[in-house]
Amino acid sequence: MSRPAPSVFGRDAALRAIRESFVKLDPRLVARNPVMFVVEVGCVVTTALWVRDLAATAPDTPLWFSGLVTLWLWFTVLFANFAEAVAEGRGRAQAEALRKTRRDTTARRLVGGVSGGREEEVPASVLRRGDVVVVVAGMTIPGDGDVVEGIASVDESAITGESAPVIRESGGDRSAVTGGTRVLSDRILVRISADPGQSFLDRMIALVEGAARQKTPNEIALHILLVGLTIVFLFVCVTLVPFAIYSGAPISTIAVVALLVCLIPTTIGGLLSAIGIAGMDRLLAKNVVATSGRAVEAAGDVDTLLLDKTGTITLGNRMAVELLPLPGVDVTELAAAAGIASAADETPEGRSIVALVTKMFPAAAAADLRGAVFVPFTAQTRMSGCDIHDRVLRKGAVDAVRRHVATLGGNAPASLGEIADRIGDQGGTPLAVCDGTRALGVIHLKDIVKTGIRERFSRFRAMGIRTVMVTGDNPRTAAVIAREAGVDDFLAEATPERKLELIRAEQAKGKLVAMTGDGTNDAPALAQADVGVAMNTGTQAAKEAGNMVDLDSDPTKLLEIVEVGKQLLMTRGSLTTFSISNDVAKYFAILPALFAIAFPEISPLNVMGLASPLSAILSAVIFNALIIVVLIPLALRGVKYRPLGAAALFRRSMLIYGLGGIVAPFAGIKLIDMGLAAVGLV
Amino acid sequence: MTVQGWIQIALFTAAVFALTKPVGAYLYRVLETEERPLPSILGRLERLCLRLCGRTADDEQTWRAYAVSLLLFSIVGIAVTYGIQRLQGVLPLNPQGFGAVPHDLALNTAVSFTTNTNWQAYSGETTMSYLTQMVGLAWHNFVSAAAGLAVAVAVARGLTRRGGPEGGKTIGSFWADLIRSTVYVLLPVSIVVAVVFVAMGVPQTLSAYREVTTVEGAKQVLALGPVATQEAIKMLGTNGGGFFNANSAHPFENPTPVTNLIQMLLIFVLPTGLTWTYGKMARDQRQGWAIFGAMAALFLAGVATCYFAESHANTALAGLGVDQATGNLEGKEVRFGIANTALFATVTTDASCGAVNGMHDSFTPLGGLVPLLNIQLGEVVFGGVGAGLYGMLVFVVLSVFIAGLMVGRTPELLGKKIEAREMKLVTVYMAVFAFFVLVPAAWASAVGYGTSSLANQGPHGLSEILYATSSATGNNGSAFAGLSANTPFWNLLLAVAMFFGRFAMIVPVLAIAGSMVDKKTVAAGPGTFPTNGTLFTVLLIGIIVIVGALTFLPALGLGPILEHYVGAAGKVY
Repeated sequence: MSRPAPSVFGRDAALRAIRESFVKLDPRLVARNPVMFVVEVGCVVTTALWVRDLAATAPDTPLWFSGLVTLWLWFTVLFANFAEAVAEGRGRAQAEALRKTRRDTTARRLVGGVSGGREEEVPASVLRRGDVVVVVAGMTIPGDGDVVEGIASVDESAITGESAPVIRESGGDRSAVTGGTRVLSDRILVRISADPGQSFLDRMIALVEGAARQKTPNEIALHILLVGLTIVFLFVCVTLVPFAIYSGAPISTIAVVALLVCLIPTTIGGLLSAIGIAGMDRLLAKNVVATSGRAVEAAGDVDTLLLDKTGTITLGNRMAVELLPLPGVDVTELAAAAGIASAADETPEGRSIVALVTKMFPAAAAADLRGAVFVPFTAQTRMSGCDIHDRVLRKGAVDAVRRHVATLGGNAPASLGEIADRIGDQGGTPLAVCDGTRALGVIHLKDIVKTGIRERFSRFRAMGIRTVMVTGDNPRTAAVIAREAGVDDFLAEATPERKLELIRAEQAKGKLVAMTGDGTNDAPALAQADVGVAMNTGTQAAKEAGNMVDLDSDPTKLLEIVEVGKQLLMTRGSLTTFSISNDVAKYFAILPALFAIAFPEISPLNVMGLASPLSAILSAVIFNALIIVVLIPLALRGVKYRPLGAAALFRRSMLIYGLGGIVAPFAGIKLIDMGLAAVGLV
Repeated sequence: MTVQGWIQIALFTAAVFALTKPVGAYLYRVLETEERPLPSILGRLERLCLRLCGRTADDEQTWRAYAVSLLLFSIVGIAVTYGIQRLQGVLPLNPQGFGAVPHDLALNTAVSFTTNTNWQAYSGETTMSYLTQMVGLAWHNFVSAAAGLAVAVAVARGLTRRGGPEGGKTIGSFWADLIRSTVYVLLPVSIVVAVVFVAMGVPQTLSAYREVTTVEGAKQVLALGPVATQEAIKMLGTNGGGFFNANSAHPFENPTPVTNLIQMLLIFVLPTGLTWTYGKMARDQRQGWAIFGAMAALFLAGVATCYFAESHANTALAGLGVDQATGNLEGKEVRFGIANTALFATVTTDASCGAVNGMHDSFTPLGGLVPLLNIQLGEVVFGGVGAGLYGMLVFVVLSVFIAGLMVGRTPELLGKKIEAREMKLVTVYMAVFAFFVLVPAAWASAVGYGTSSLANQGPHGLSEILYATSSATGNNGSAFAGLSANTPFWNLLLAVAMFFGRFAMIVPVLAIAGSMVDKKTVAAGPGTFPTNGTLFTVLLIGIIVIVGALTFLPALGLGPILEHYVGAAGKVY
């Protein structure tokens, strides 16, 4: 389930964002963003000039003009601050819900660790890594950790939004618990695995709130480019002053500042941090917690995706689909034997055999089971079954059954092996059935591929991502399921070591690898993968090793994670292109206006036919400020990603943001100019 | 405009295209393989030179070592050339008995030739002795071009060498690249071309100037000298420093339309070939052709605009009784005509050559805008020998960065990620160029000792100033001749601009190569933005034009553009 995003312009949120826009005017804060810092310095300069002009008898430029330009320059900074504040506010709202759960919890800490007998009551906030706490039914788990003793059902809805309780127990792959979740039954001992403020949730909260936000590598690179452009435009505008004096058409300082602010990339410069925060926030809205922005960025580049077969591609359980008797054996006899042998087998496979027999051979199913002694499955015999009225009925792995028949003095025919191989070729698992020394036939157990998974994989393919299925099955079985599910490749007979090798091999070929995992033995592979998404149901070790945690524990969530990563980059790229393209129109507005008085001959360059030079400059400044506000929703939502292939995607974005970026300001500036003229201002 | 004019432009373009692959393949063979031609003659010379430098061919350098070698070599070169000019009065081969060159002019000239600019604040025939011309200046015509070629190949190595765990950090040997470029490329071609030029009437002599009686019976001194040998390398090395003040408009430098065609082809032949070499190094020829495509499109747009503008009357001559029905012939040689002068002007400023066969100062405002803008785009339209390719590769890195973002992938070029460090260096490169074009121009326009050198006031004067600083920073060397640049102020100002325009831009480019060379190469997938197709070519053109236009439009607006509009309105300064 996904968390609904709070509205961008909710009243309270908006008021708070507006308040923060002013707080963020603090030069020490603005200085972190050199592009906006230049604008703020420009604002201070024009404000000072305006104040000076108030006292002057005959100012260079009309007071209303310099006042309005100054005002709108301030708005430019405020709007950029507002964008950041709104993004932070949205993140904060998301984070607040998470954080609320862990406030004011008290913990019962065991003094002296697991073996210690005495308990003490402490606030959750003082718990350190390694502390052991007791949690009983009705209590909130005070911090992230591992269950070291006991089993309990836990309500994790505070984190995942999923209301069905989950089982957490010591040992195995279901031992991790998350702070803020509630134990519904039983009593467990939890070893805390994170210091206060260090849990993955804490880190995520810091990321979405923007407080501890570190710029991601790509964001830094873009930032440098924007600063570089700002410096170049600084040269352009400052040198224009002597050029203008030389030409006998001196320009006012206020006009130079206006030109500078319009030229430097304020649009993207003002929205850059909002885009980054909103990306994190979108991820959280999809119930994925990332420990760094770097990982989200890397997700957009993923080339290869490793997915576990069981639980991800196929339903967890295999189902009996067919009964294949040996030559000379009646199928009903096989059905009856299979049914009796499985009657007490409570595994999903066993139940599916009974269900198949009941459905297809109702007569055979109605056996009298009085006096039956059931033989459970063991790892040694690899068979299970039932002893009834001197009959010894067994079902199990083909070679185990063959050996069993031989021990009893019988001999299984060769055709048993042939049938079993045929099932293997079809991707199924054969289970042989025998009645004493007589082998009867084979049950075909089949992996059921999840519905809709093929479509998911074709979307991955359209994105350019290769999917690799990882399974412990033999290669023949794996190949069939891989074909059925539509993955591009598979790794059969996988062990944790082979998985790690596969990741390294892919990385050596220059691919970025993403994988999902939950077990402790997945941890090395999760750490090695460029993007490792741990399932929230998994172990603490897996969560620590990966760089994201999916609270829904949905392995195909990677699709959305990749999209968020790509969106993040696309939004930056598109708005950068838009911002730079805008400059063309601003030149056409401002340059003729600067020199139209001295050189009326250049009026043909005033292609927009703006009302007056002052109106042209003011309109460009207003447009430059307003466009930031207009683009806030896009920055927060992100540019839509379409799996089209790079060239098509680029053509599309270039048309919208490149060409659009050239055309839009012509229209926008003209409209503002007409508006100004209409109110009689210019 | 005439059909013949267009045909000549088309033939020239076709010849450039046809030469690209063979020249590129030859450059690849010389610089990137072990099978160089004529091992017994040229090979021996190569090994001799390497031994003189105390090097073996295979001692590869990191980018830092490479840059240090280049800087040391260049600074020593500046010092030696400065010394020769100051001492030419007491040195041999000075039949005219020229005295020492003034210190500011000597420094300007030494920097100018070392940086492959060949800005000439002097008149060759009245200032420089034969020894200065042949040793002090012609030497740099070879080695500054060879250094440019070396840097281009080093940068291409940085981008194309396979990175990863076993990848090295080196980008080649500066000394080997320098020597091989000179020995196998510049020297042999120059020798052949010089002989051809001699056959076509270009003088080659060490005798003194000759006094002749003209047809009208007047006495005239004919300046002579070892012109043909200088002429070949002047073009091939995109140097552009003429033996005579009139450069390739002078009948002894460029006597016939055939020599004119050869000269233009020589300017373009190495820069275009390098695009092919780059493709070969990238193991994908289309990478080279994509760059070639962008360059060719910008070249054709420039030449068409220039030819169009020059085929119209020059408003500055209005009312002087000049018949301008066929276009603006002022400042042009009739033996070349408008088409070939417009073509030559475009070629020489696309590349950082700077040789001229007509006076750009006398072009129409928009016709003159083309050479000026060509320089301000960074001279990446084929560009100077080597400088064109490495300058273009900076734009390629920038384009890939923006395009990569727009397709939702962290940007990569040839499988290598473009990160903060590369963007920082690209930014430095752009900022250095903008700074040294704009700030010196602003300074000169604001002070009397700057503007007093102007032949024209008003917007045309500003064009002259902008042209001078652009030409110096861009290492072009051509001039809007109206500016009398031989003053201490201009000599020193432009010397600084030339020095930083060369080396403050080469160092960041080499640093990009150094940081890219050992980067892991990631595999291209369907989500990777392809840099080898038309789409990329279009993007590259867009980025070059937008970056160039946005940086220089305000200044140009007060120069040629303003002149165009006020001229059209009949105002003359």
